[in-house]
This record gives sequence, structure tokens and C-alpha cells, in this order.
Amino acid sequence: MQGILTEGKATYAFIERQFILLKRYWLWEAVWIVYSMCVTLAMGFLAKGMPALTGAHIDVQRATIFLLVGSLLWGYMAGLFWDISNVVSWERWEGTIEYTFMAPISRATHIVGICLFSIIYGVLRTAAMLALVAVIFHLDLSRANIPGALMILAASSFSFMGLGTVTAILPLVSPEKGAQLTGILEGVLMMVSGVYYQVSVLPPWMQMLSRLSPATYTLQGMRDSLLNGASTADLLPSTLTLLLMGAVLVPLGLRVFAWGEVHCKRTGKLKRSG
Amino acid sequence: MQATPSEWIGSDWQQAARERRRANLRIASMDDLALDIRNVTKTFVKTPAKRDQKGRWMPLLKGGQRTLARVVDSVSLQVRRGETVGVLGQNGSGKSTLIRLVSTLLLPDEGSISVFGHDVVREANRVKRMLNRVSVEASFFKKLSAAENLLYSARLYGLDVREAHRRALEILTSIGFDAAKMDSSVEQLSRGQQQKVAIARAFLSSPMLLLMDEPTTGLDPKSKRDVQAFVKQLREEHDTTILLTTHDMAEAEELCDRVAVLHRGKVVALGTPAELKEAHRRNGETPSLEDVFLAITGKRIADDAQPEETDEE
Repeated sequence: MQGILTEGKATYAFIERQFILLKRYWLWEAVWIVYSMCVTLAMGFLAKGMPALTGAHIDVQRATIFLLVGSLLWGYMAGLFWDISNVVSWERWEGTIEYTFMAPISRATHIVGICLFSIIYGVLRTAAMLALVAVIFHLDLSRANIPGALMILAASSFSFMGLGTVTAILPLVSPEKGAQLTGILEGVLMMVSGVYYQVSVLPPWMQMLSRLSPATYTLQGMRDSLLNGASTADLLPSTLTLLLMGAVLVPLGLRVFAWGEVHCKRTGKLKRSG
Repeated sequence: MQATPSEWIGSDWQQAARERRRANLRIASMDDLALDIRNVTKTFVKTPAKRDQKGRWMPLLKGGQRTLARVVDSVSLQVRRGETVGVLGQNGSGKSTLIRLVSTLLLPDEGSISVFGHDVVREANRVKRMLNRVSVEASFFKKLSAAENLLYSARLYGLDVREAHRRALEILTSIGFDAAKMDSSVEQLSRGQQQKVAIARAFLSSPMLLLMDEPTTGLDPKSKRDVQAFVKQLREEHDTTILLTTHDMAEAEELCDRVAVLHRGKVVALGTPAELKEAHRRNGETPSLEDVFLAITGKRIADDAQPEETDEE
């Protein structure tokens, strides 16, 4: 019981610490929010300009929601992915990594704490941006299944926690190149998961990759719920697939991270700040 | 009336108390071992430079071979409960690596380390509860205040936040930290003030074994005296065992019950400062600890040496 209480306090410590850091580095956050907002708005305007661009009659409202969902969701997922995969490089930069690794807590507590912060903050930020774009583009979400969309978002968070934890090993093992490798992986995920298009337009070999990406099922589920008003029962296959992926990726991520930690402790890489 | 920490330094009765304490520690049973380091070896891979002296990329085949650097070499050291043991050595002698091995941040290649009977590799989490560390770099979230950093640390150790805040203030005040600066961000504090906050952080979790890795290096004289006085206070009033690395001979002599001299990763001498001096007495003259170090290692402690940790990239 005492152990659970200690781990609970430690989880809260990470969440609180991240929120305080967010306040102190508010300018960085403002830059990120403005940039994400501009990208999202650009996608909305791209959809609005499509009839003039193609000369074809298209459902602008549908195209706008399609692109905005992709952009907003990618912003959420990229934020979550970034926070987790940089859990090591950030603390290495601050110089606190050795003290965090010396604390008598499990690594799962450490990572879950960071993930919970990222999920809470990501949901708040995405909801605020969705509200803003809904006003700007007069989005009609009357048919949308909002609880269903939230269910998909919650289920996807586990997969992204797992995937982010797997990639967190890169900056751990290679302090100088790990962060860049994480960026490459993030780019590939964006390309194959259908953030701004349907995966059916991809070449067959890329479509194979898209089936391995949790972002594919998340985007599909979100668009079904927001565009087509799919019922919660209709969303179950995507939800279950995401939960299954999370059930595999979270333990895998923790296992891989533990391997990375042992590797660092063998080679002395925790100390590096470069 | 009880003497203040600063009054202890240099007083005669203190010397007598120190000798009594050393005698008591000597007769303590080996079951009272706080730290047991046995034949520990740590080797790092040294990667050859990827660029030449003019900054040009070297062809792969000309890049040279990777070499192994044995940073800690078959070190054995036992520290009894309540004892303060100093590790003296030049830069690159393996002091910080030894501290990191004990604090579970590095894994030994050979040998074993146990803290109060618990193996640092197999029972790392139990060991982590028993120890804490003050390193030469203060290592804080720079934008967070001293109080925020301390409370974050307290939560990681499962401590009650209010109690931790009260204790932190108590510790910080006792080492001459201005309590009004608790809410200043760490980046606004001087190096000495940061090191005091680091000491408070380490002591908040009431460690049974405190690892101090050059805690006074780079501090101004006043901060150095405050930190040294606090360490003395810990020794006199608490049951804390301390492993302290230092470059400062006077500090080692003043604070440590025993001193180990580490040279090129090996413990080349171990004993009380008095014993080490006695062993190197020449022509009836008692040498200083610096002379002893020179006699044992052939170098002065302040002479430059290689950095001790390298790793492959």
C-alpha cells in the first residue's frame, strides 16, 4: 500500500513539474501553439480553395473537417510523442537526469507521469483549437459522435504512450543523434497514417506500413465519428485495434526502455549532456 | 551551551572528539558495514576522434581503434555505519565513477557493491531509498525555484510535502541559505547557493548513506565553510554515513575519519589521516596530507589529468 502511495505521489510530481515547466517556458509553448494553429488553419483554407483549384464540385464542408481532423489530431499525437520521446533528452539538457534515475520509483511511474501530463495538456490544447477552427470555418458538427471521438482518442493514447516510450530509447542510447532519429520516425508515421489524405492513395507497400501505425486507426476512427457520425458500436473495431496495439506497445516500450537504461548504465551515457 | 558548527572548526576539544570517534568506529563490528565495495572494476570505451586537428572528417580506416579505459580498477573499500570516508584523487582518477557506481547510475563490470547489505544491481530500488547524492554540478531544473525543485524531489521520495518544506527550510537556514530566496528560480542563485539547495535536496530524504562528489569544488570561501560545517554537523548529530570525494586535503583531514587515495582507478592507500602521515614520516618529520599524496602517487592532487568518463557514440 505504501509503495502504491509513493508511486502515486511520484506520478503527480512529474505531472506538476511538467505544468510548472510549461509556465516557465511559456514562450516556447506559445510558438508551438501559434505554429500548430497556423498549420491547421492553412489546411482549412486549402479545403476551401479546392473547388477553385480543381474546377470540380466537392463537398467543402466535408473536406474541411477531413483535413482539420487530420491536422488537429496530428498536433495532439505529435505533442504526446514529443513529450515522451524527449523525456530523457530534456532532462539530460536540464542536467537532472541522474537525479531522476536515482529516485526510488519504477520507470513505469516516470513514463506514465509524463504521459498523463501530455494527455491532459494535449486534450485541453486540442479542444481549444477545435473550438477556434469550428468558429472560423463554421463547421457543422451536428452529426458528429463526440463521445465516440473521445473514446478513440483515449484508446489511441495508450498506443502512442507505448510507441513514444520505444522511441525514447533513441536519445537515451545516442545522445547526439537520438532526437533526430525520433524526428525521422515521426515523419514516416505522418506520411503512412493518412493525416491529410486517405491511406488508399498510398502505394501498396506504404499501405502495409500504415496498418502497423496506431495513427491510421485513430484518424480513421475520429473521421468516422466526426464526419459520418458513426455510432459507438461502429467504432469498436478501431477502438479494439488501438487498445490491442497499446497492450503490445506499452509493455514493449517499457521493456525496450529498461534495456536502454541498462545500456546507459553500462556505458556511462546518462551523464552526457550534448 | 552547544557550539555552532562554525565554532567547532579548529577547536581543541573537537580534535579529541574526532580521535574518540575514530577509535569507536575502528572497534565497530563488520556487521555494521554501510558500504561494501569488493573488487569493483569499471571500463569505458574510448572512441577515437572523428575529425582531425584541423576539424576535417577522418576517413573511417584512419580513425584509429577504439580503446578501453579502465577507470575503476579492482577497488575494494568498506565503510562502517556512521563513518565519513574521503576519496582523494586527481581529476580522472575514478572518484566520480566510483560514486556513480554506488549510486546505481553505473553498473560495475566486475565485483560487487552493497549498501547496508543490499546489492546495488540486484536490489537497486531498495538501495536508492537508503542513499542520496550531492554532485559537483548542482543539477536542477533551472527555471524552477529552489522550493519547487525541492518539493519535486520530496514527492519522488514519497515524502509529505509540508513536512518536506519545513525540513528544507531548516536545513537551508542551518547552512546559511537566505530563506527569502526559496522562491527564486535556480538560475538566479549563485553557485554556492545552488550547492546548498543540492545539499538540502540530498538530506531531505534522510539518507543512511550520503554520497558527496566534490561538494565544495568551485564554491566561494564562505559557502565552502558553510558546507563543511554542515557535513561536520551531520557527522556529530546524525547517524549518516558519508562517502566524500574531494581535491581539498584540508577538507579531507578535517571531515573524514579515513581517507582512501585513488590513483588511476586503484585504491593505493587507505587509513586515517594520522595513520597515512605516520606511515610516510621521514627524518622525524610529520608530512602534510598533500606530501603523503605526492609520495604515494608521484603527483600533486591539483595536477591536471584526463577526464575519467568516456563513452562510445
